[in-house]
Amino acid sequence: MEALFGQLFAGLSLGSVLLLAALGLALTFGQMGVINMAHGEFMMAGAYTAYVVQGAVSDAGVSLLLSIPLGFLVGGVLGLVLEMTLIRRMYHRPLDTLLVTWGVALILQQVARDIFGAPNVDVKAPSWLSGSVDLGVAQVPASRLFILVLAVVAVGGLSLVLARTALGRRVRGVVQNRDLAETVGISTRATDKLTFFIGSGLAGVAGVALTLLGSTGPTLGTNYIVDAFLVVVAGGIGQIKGTVIAAFGLGLLQATFEYSTTASLAKVAVFVVIVVFLQIRPQGIFSIRTRSLA
Amino acid sequence: MTMELDKADETGTAVARTPPKRKLNKEWATAFGFIALAVALLVLAPAVLSDFRLSLLGRFVCYAIVAVGIGLAWGRGGMLTLGQGVFFGLGAYAMAMHLKLADAGADGVPDFMKLYGSGQVPGWWEPFRSPVFTVIAIVAVPALVAFGLGAAVFRRRVRGAYFAILSQALAAAFAILLIGQQASIGGTNGLNGFRSFFGFNLYDPVNKRMLFYIAASVLLVMVLVVWQLYRSRYGELLVAVRDQEERVRFLGYDPANVKIVAYVVAAAMAGIAGALFVPIVGIISPASVGVVPSIAFLIGVAIGGRSTLFGPVVGAIAVAWAQTSLSEAFPSFWTYFQGAMFVLVVAFLPKGFASVGAFRKRKEAKA
Repeated sequence: MEALFGQLFAGLSLGSVLLLAALGLALTFGQMGVINMAHGEFMMAGAYTAYVVQGAVSDAGVSLLLSIPLGFLVGGVLGLVLEMTLIRRMYHRPLDTLLVTWGVALILQQVARDIFGAPNVDVKAPSWLSGSVDLGVAQVPASRLFILVLAVVAVGGLSLVLARTALGRRVRGVVQNRDLAETVGISTRATDKLTFFIGSGLAGVAGVALTLLGSTGPTLGTNYIVDAFLVVVAGGIGQIKGTVIAAFGLGLLQATFEYSTTASLAKVAVFVVIVVFLQIRPQGIFSIRTRSLA
Repeated sequence: MTMELDKADETGTAVARTPPKRKLNKEWATAFGFIALAVALLVLAPAVLSDFRLSLLGRFVCYAIVAVGIGLAWGRGGMLTLGQGVFFGLGAYAMAMHLKLADAGADGVPDFMKLYGSGQVPGWWEPFRSPVFTVIAIVAVPALVAFGLGAAVFRRRVRGAYFAILSQALAAAFAILLIGQQASIGGTNGLNGFRSFFGFNLYDPVNKRMLFYIAASVLLVMVLVVWQLYRSRYGELLVAVRDQEERVRFLGYDPANVKIVAYVVAAAMAGIAGALFVPIVGIISPASVGVVPSIAFLIGVAIGGRSTLFGPVVGAIAVAWAQTSLSEAFPSFWTYFQGAMFVLVVAFLPKGFASVGAFRKRKEAKA
C-alpha cells in the first residue's frame, strides 16, 4: 500500500513538473499557435534568476519566495521582447517560427554559458523544504510537494484570469475568432503581447521551481521542452484543462512504466502511447470545435 | 501558412506556367548544375584536397544526403521533420553493428560487450553478421519506421506543428533508448573502433579515398532520384499537397499517401547517409542522433533553399564546413552564429540564399 502511494505521488510529482513547464506553452502554443522552442530557455532564465537572487538575498526561504515573481517577470519580459521583434512577423508561418525560436534558444543558451559558465550551478533549497512530509499514507519530499502546490496554484490562477477577467475574455475572444474580436474593438496586437508575456512568465516560474529538484545549467530547458510540447499536443489546444489532464496522465504513465521497466524504456513507451492516443483523438483530449479546415 | 511561400515559389508552381522553351532551358540548367556538382565532387575535390580534408568532406557529403531527403520532405512536401536523426541513427547503427561483428575475434563477440555486457551477443544482433541483411536493413529499417509513423500520423490528418513535435519526440525517445542500453548497443559511448569495411582495411588511406568516392556517388544518385521525382507528376502533386492539402483531397487524391512516400524516401536517404557516416567518421553515438543534431540537419537546408534541388546539398556542405573551421577556433562564437543564421535566414530569407538572385530580379522588374 505504501509503495503504491509512493508510486502515485512520484507520478503526480512528475506530472506537476510537466504541468508547470507546459502551462505557458498551453497559452502560447495552444491559444496563439506559436511554437516557441525558446520556451525551455525562458525556464532556464527563471532558474538562473533564482540563482542570482540567492546570491543577493542570503536567506534561502526569502530568496525562493522572491524568485517566483521575479522569475515570472524575467521570463515574461524575454517573451515580450521575442514576440515584439520576431514572432509578430511570423504568425502566418508557424513551422518557420519553430526554427527561428530554436535559433533564439541556441543564442540564449550560449549567453547563459558566457555569463554563468558551462558547469551547473546549485540553488540552495530553504530548510523548510529539505525534509519530507508525512501525509499519513506515504512520506513525500517537501520540495516535490511544494512544486505540486505551486503547479496547482498556477493553474488555478491562470484559469481564474482566463475565466473571470476582462483580459481573459479578450484572450478567449481572439483565440476563438480573431477577425470578429477585432471587429468588436479588441486590440488583437495588445492581446497577443500580453498573452505571450504571461505564457513566457509561467516558464520563468517553472524554471524557479526546477531549481528545487536539481542543479541549473545552460541546457536545462532542452530537457523539458520536448515533453512539454507533447503534453500540450496530447491535451488538445485551446483549453487549459486538457493540458492539466495530459500532464498528470503522462506523469503517472511515465512513473508506472518506470516502475515496471527502466526509465529509458518508459520514455519510449510513453511516446508510443501518445502516438496511439492521437490515432483515436487526433485533436487531443479537448479541443475547441471550429468549422475551419485547417 | 504557405500562402506567402506559395506566391513566391517559382520552383514549385512555375513549371506549368512557364512557356515550354523556358522550361527546356531550366532543364538544361539543372543538368548543367548536376554535372558541375559531379565534377566538383568526383574530380576536383580528390585532386586538390589532402586525405584528411577529403575524409572531412566525406562526412559533409553524408550530411548532404540527409539534406536532400529533408529538401524533399520539408521543402517540397511541407513536412517539417525534426527527427531525421532517428533514421540517420538507424542506418548508422545497422552498419556499425555489422562492422563490429565482422571485426570481432574468433568467438564472434564485439569487444565492448565483453567489457560492459555478459559477453553474449544478443539474438537481435545475429542477423547483422550477414552483409546482405545489413545492406537491406540500412534502407528498410528507417523506411519501415517512417512508414509506420507516417501512416499513423498522416492518415489521421495530424500535420503541421503536431507532426513536427511528434517527429522531435521520436528523436528524443530514440536517443534516450540508446543511452540506456550500455551492454547491448554501447550506451553513451556508442559504437566505435572499426577496423574493416566489408573486408577492406579502414586504416589504409586508399580505402579511405574509396569511401569518399562511394559517398559522393551515392549523393549524386540521390540528387538524381529527387530531381526525377520533382519532374514527375508525383512531384507536382507533392507541392500541391504542401500548398493546398484540402483542395488536393477534394480532387480525389489521398494526401496521406503522397506525404508518406516523401517521408519514407527521406528516411531511407537518412539511413543510407548514416551507414556511410560510420566507416568514414569511425564512430556513431547517441550524441549524433538526438534532438539537437536532428534540428542541425535543417539549417543547411534552410540556408541553401529548402525547395530547390541543389540548395540543400550546397547549404549542408557549406554549414558543416563553416562549423568545422569556426567552432574549433571560436566555440562560443559558432553557437551565436548558428543561432543567428536560424533566425535571420528563416525569418527574412525563407527560401534561402538560392532566392537572393530571384529576389533581385523581381526588384529590378518592379523598378
